[in-house]
Amino acid sequence: MEAILFYLFAFLTLVFGFLVIANPFSRNPVTSAMFLVLTIVSLAGLFVLLHAFFLAVIQVLVYAGAVMVLFLFVIMLLDLGAEERRKMKILAIVGGMTSAGAILIMFLRSLLSAPLGATDSPTVEGGTLDLGRLLFTQYVLPFEIVSVLLLVAMVGVVLLSKKDLK
Amino acid sequence: MNIGLEHYLVVSAFLFALGLAGVIVRRNLLVIYMSLELMLNAANLALVAFSRFTNNLDGQVFVFFVITVAAAEVAVGLALIVAVYRKRRTTHVEDLRTLKL
Repeated sequence: MEAILFYLFAFLTLVFGFLVIANPFSRNPVTSAMFLVLTIVSLAGLFVLLHAFFLAVIQVLVYAGAVMVLFLFVIMLLDLGAEERRKMKILAIVGGMTSAGAILIMFLRSLLSAPLGATDSPTVEGGTLDLGRLLFTQYVLPFEIVSVLLLVAMVGVVLLSKKDLK
Repeated sequence: MNIGLEHYLVVSAFLFALGLAGVIVRRNLLVIYMSLELMLNAANLALVAFSRFTNNLDGQVFVFFVITVAAAEVAVGLALIVAVYRKRRTTHVEDLRTLKL
């Protein structure tokens, strides 16, 4: 059962991820954004299979909710039509495929040769209680720093979106 | 067949490669940004898988921070894209080839 679900979600994640970057039917950024939402939701399914329940919820709420709404809002604001068909440079495509393939082969080869140190009986559960306890004891300083980071980002965004940007 | 750490890492590697290909091949700033999100998500998947299969919750805390920082990064990046669009009326990277606005 778990294996079937894993293969289902992994397949969906990769297919939707491919459709984000290269949709044969549409070059519209809105379609890419919609497929990114689907990718993120299937990734949340994989997180559930890994017993990371809190992160699965956060993934859907923050990514599929907040971040994608921000993306769609900006697309709406910029009033972009479909990206007009320009001549794609053949060199760019070949270069892109080569470097992506090279990094993929590098990952897979190191995966084959490295000892992973995985246990056969994983017991860790990423529930709210355990994660919250860890977050507010051992990781309380990074947590506070992240709150400052979010404040700085907010101030920066307000400054950047002023009409007369110097 | 049992699903182990390797399976998740292979999915993560493929997702990362897809994101990288998207950053290099696509020419629209917004789509490049979405491909960046794909790469971040691939890294998150690898971290969660390692966290599960080494019985250590630290990886999931790290993913929590990555998601937070990614949200901040998206907000700032999109504000920059809007600012560039106001000046130049385009989000096509090949139209943005001078350093001075």
